[in-house]
Amino acid sequence: MRLDVRKTYKLFIGGKFPRSESGRTYRALDHKGEFLANIAQGSRKDARDAVVAARSAQSGWDSATAYNRGQVLYRIAEMLEGRRDQFVSELQALTGISEKKANLEVDAAIDSWVWHAGWSDKIDSVAGNMNPVAGPFFNISTNQPTGVVAVIAPQDSGLVGLVNSIAPAIVSGNTVVVIASEKLALPAITFTEVLATSDLPGGVVNVLTGSEKEIAPWLASHQDVNAIDTEGSQNAVELELKAAENLKRVIRPGSYSRNGSQGSLQHILDLMEVKTVWHPKGH
Amino acid sequence: MFEYAPAPESRAIVNFQKSYGHFIGGKFTKPANTFQTISPATEEVLAEISEGSAKDVDQAVKAARSAYEKTWSKISGSERGKYLYRIARIIQERSRELAVAETLNNGKPIKETRDVDLPLVASWFFYYAGWADKLDYAGLGPNPKAHGVAAQIIPWNFPLMMLAWKIAPALAAGNTVVLKPAETTSLTALLFAEICQQAELPEGVVNIVTGHGATGAALVGHPDVNKVAFTGSTDVGRLIAKQVAGTNKKVTLELGGKAANIVFDDAPLDQAIEGIINGIFFNQGHVCCAGSRLLVQESIQDELLKKLKKRMETLRLGDPLDKNTDIGAINSKAQLDKISKLVKQGQKEGGEVWAPNCPIPKNGFWYAPTIITGVSPTNTVAREEIFGPVLSVMTFRTPAEAVAKANNTPFGLSAGIWTEKGSRILKLADQLNAGVIWANTFNQFDPTSPFGGFKESGYGREGGRHGLLAYLKAGN
Amino acid sequence: MQKISPETIVGSRITNQSLRRWLHSLPGVDKVGLEQRAASLGTRSIKTTSKAWALDAAIKMMDLTTLEGMDTPERVRSLCLKAITPDPTDLSTPSPAAICVYGDMVPHAKKALEGTNIYVAAVATAFPSGRASMAVKLLDTKDAVKNGADEIDMVIDRGAFLSGNYLEVFKQIVAIKEACLRKDGSYAHLKVILETGELQTYDNIRRASYLAMLAGGDFIKTSTGKVSVNATIPTTLLMLQAVRDWFDEHGVMIGVKPAGGIRTAKDAMKYLVVVKEIAGEAWLTPEYFRFGASSLLNDVLMQKQKMKTGNYSGPDYVTVD
Repeated sequence: MRLDVRKTYKLFIGGKFPRSESGRTYRALDHKGEFLANIAQGSRKDARDAVVAARSAQSGWDSATAYNRGQVLYRIAEMLEGRRDQFVSELQALTGISEKKANLEVDAAIDSWVWHAGWSDKIDSVAGNMNPVAGPFFNISTNQPTGVVAVIAPQDSGLVGLVNSIAPAIVSGNTVVVIASEKLALPAITFTEVLATSDLPGGVVNVLTGSEKEIAPWLASHQDVNAIDTEGSQNAVELELKAAENLKRVIRPGSYSRNGSQGSLQHILDLMEVKTVWHPKGH
Repeated sequence: MFEYAPAPESRAIVNFQKSYGHFIGGKFTKPANTFQTISPATEEVLAEISEGSAKDVDQAVKAARSAYEKTWSKISGSERGKYLYRIARIIQERSRELAVAETLNNGKPIKETRDVDLPLVASWFFYYAGWADKLDYAGLGPNPKAHGVAAQIIPWNFPLMMLAWKIAPALAAGNTVVLKPAETTSLTALLFAEICQQAELPEGVVNIVTGHGATGAALVGHPDVNKVAFTGSTDVGRLIAKQVAGTNKKVTLELGGKAANIVFDDAPLDQAIEGIINGIFFNQGHVCCAGSRLLVQESIQDELLKKLKKRMETLRLGDPLDKNTDIGAINSKAQLDKISKLVKQGQKEGGEVWAPNCPIPKNGFWYAPTIITGVSPTNTVAREEIFGPVLSVMTFRTPAEAVAKANNTPFGLSAGIWTEKGSRILKLADQLNAGVIWANTFNQFDPTSPFGGFKESGYGREGGRHGLLAYLKAGN
Repeated sequence: MQKISPETIVGSRITNQSLRRWLHSLPGVDKVGLEQRAASLGTRSIKTTSKAWALDAAIKMMDLTTLEGMDTPERVRSLCLKAITPDPTDLSTPSPAAICVYGDMVPHAKKALEGTNIYVAAVATAFPSGRASMAVKLLDTKDAVKNGADEIDMVIDRGAFLSGNYLEVFKQIVAIKEACLRKDGSYAHLKVILETGELQTYDNIRRASYLAMLAGGDFIKTSTGKVSVNATIPTTLLMLQAVRDWFDEHGVMIGVKPAGGIRTAKDAMKYLVVVKEIAGEAWLTPEYFRFGASSLLNDVLMQKQKMKTGNYSGPDYVTVD
């Protein structure tokens, strides 16, 4: 009999897989309460490192062409499709849902990436404006990513909820620091492996596992984070209060559905800034 | 030689009442707990206005709720639009009166209230009037809905203009409003209340409660308010963001700024000088998007400063009602003290302070147009919003350095770029973290054009289609 | 006249290339910003004492002009008499700076103005088109100077300018300047008409202004009055910036003359405001600022009468010229 080689699950920061600097782990259990894996328990210092990674990746990701970002997002869908079985079995193990239901969730997650991928080069066509000002000026409003977004992923939806929280943020050029569902962390970790093997530049998506209760307040109060999506937080009000300190944009829990194969343009726009440029016309 | 004789605009056109109550449910309440409101140019008392209590706020919100449910949400968009058109017309008809009233209560030059503020106020109502029956095209899908009751708090720098920016889109979208004007500049809002009566706007659609910060806090905190819109300081913006945490209230905040006005060596120099002047001395620098940090390419600093100083010597400071006045009064003693303190701090930290030799009137609150040169990014005057006619001058050598310095602030409201090179403008416009970028111009506003900031300058936009969205939610 | 060296200013031998490099190194002009600035100065309100001063100043700075094919010696004489006594009901009214006529009318104007301080300005160089050979332009100029013209209003070769032949424009101005030389070694004052309405862009107008100043023009003048777009406030403002900057840089004061289309006292006062605020009060003198106008004088006179009597005046109370 051969002893199986078990995997050590780690964080995903800056495109790399570091252990938590705290050295802590917690036990992920399956739906029957059986031990499934040891998961890295991220700390505030990991959160800090993740923000640094996200910030340094942001301008590059932002200045990639929209076409390129769309291709990268589509590539994620492709890679996800390729590892469908692993996600199905993880979802089943964690939640006890049927294979069919697990497959439906994976379908939705993949389709959501495809849906979001297509938005990258259409946002400004739909949500930008040429403004007919009453004067000899060229005047245009475009949408730009807000910067670094902290995402508290939904606790009850390990894959599609995660995808529908990350995709609307990164499609426009934001980079994110995500705290995965504490209980359903395994698909999030597996998903980081998908990301690592897709064409996504390191640092665009950073995934922390552990207690959102412990880590999220540090992200909410972090002065170099521009927006926070509190969807999966148990203490969303506390996070909103902390976020007010540097006037982060806040997405409150329940603002958007996270279970579908399509997201919401408004969700994408909530994490963008309208920039209006004026220039005189004359020769 | 050719000295301009005084050319004062007549103030006979304005009749303030001795004292004002609040405007609630279409009627003025009896004045109570009054305080004086003055002309900052002369310190003359113009009228007494009432300090709004929590009870007043509650009554105003109730009036707004009732108007929302009984009338405003029931009538068609086109009818709402017609009310707004009517208001726009009355504003145009009474524009000289409102301009003089604004100048008296705010201290800004009549030239500005007459040529900038009032035309924009009217155009804002005209613009949003046209949206009222076209909400399906706003971008939220069919049948978008109003939020309900909007609480709106506005600052003292553009009293009537800020009122228009708030009320016009709110009403067009179908909300009713309770608005609190700034405590030092409430009079034009109260004149606007009369205009609402004149337009026969249904009672309670617009309610105005005057008072200080506590009145505003009561309004923001009122449980029956669905939407909060605030323009003012970043500090108060933070308080509001905290106050609404955990509620379902939608919020837009238009807060402070510390805009960089970047001048390259190939700029259209004479126009850049005007842009710098307009950027920082328009409205005494009481402008959240003021170009308060001049970033000038090192190679042209001397030439530019020489021209700038010469130009500043032609600025005329004094009686705001004089049609030839360029720089009026500082709005309050408190603001004047803040400006003086920050400039002194700038001097202490090594900045060189220069102002033209312009006579300062004896009464009232005044500050000469001032530039501080030799400023470095660590200096207080390079970081804090002065909100006065004070320009901090810094230099840069390369475009990358200009962008880095311009973005090196928690604010992100506006920025200016001056260069004849088109590709550089477009690149910089991408790189600058600010909601409004003026290239080869500055301080332009238009109802069709979204305005608002990045980062600590707030969130949400006012103006244009985007400004309308702040007052709508997707329908079912 | 202070001597300036074009080579020093341009920083090289004068060639078309070096002129082009120099002219194109001037800061650009943003049309919208320039026009906004002009409009904002247009809102200055001039009252009482300053208005009285400005009305007199406007007359003193006027080149009272008649440039018609149907001009006759008698017509010119009549205009000169009007210049000497603009308002017979108010003898304290100042006289215009000059009478501006075609070259052949110079002797008649000189005669009529004998014993006064009123100058005679002659348009020359195949005015208004400037389309003639250099020999003709030179002769045109010399003839006027010989007949006693105090000032020469020349036109630049717009065709050469617009085709990028700056050297040709420069050379012509230099040559005409030389043709302004009088027997006594002094020079007739040279005004260089840019015909801004044909140059079309503000960048061109700024460059033409610099070219004219470099070549030795004493004045830069907007227009002939013979094309559809003549003097405008923004154009004049731009030219005033040019002379201001020229003085700052080279210490030489050049005059500015807007011409064509300035018909009312109100317009004239707007121009004076622009002079004061852009170039400064040093330019508020006939030596450095002129209006080229024909019908402006009577409107100014009517305004003066209004100030004196309090009643609005009418055309029957000022003389036809």
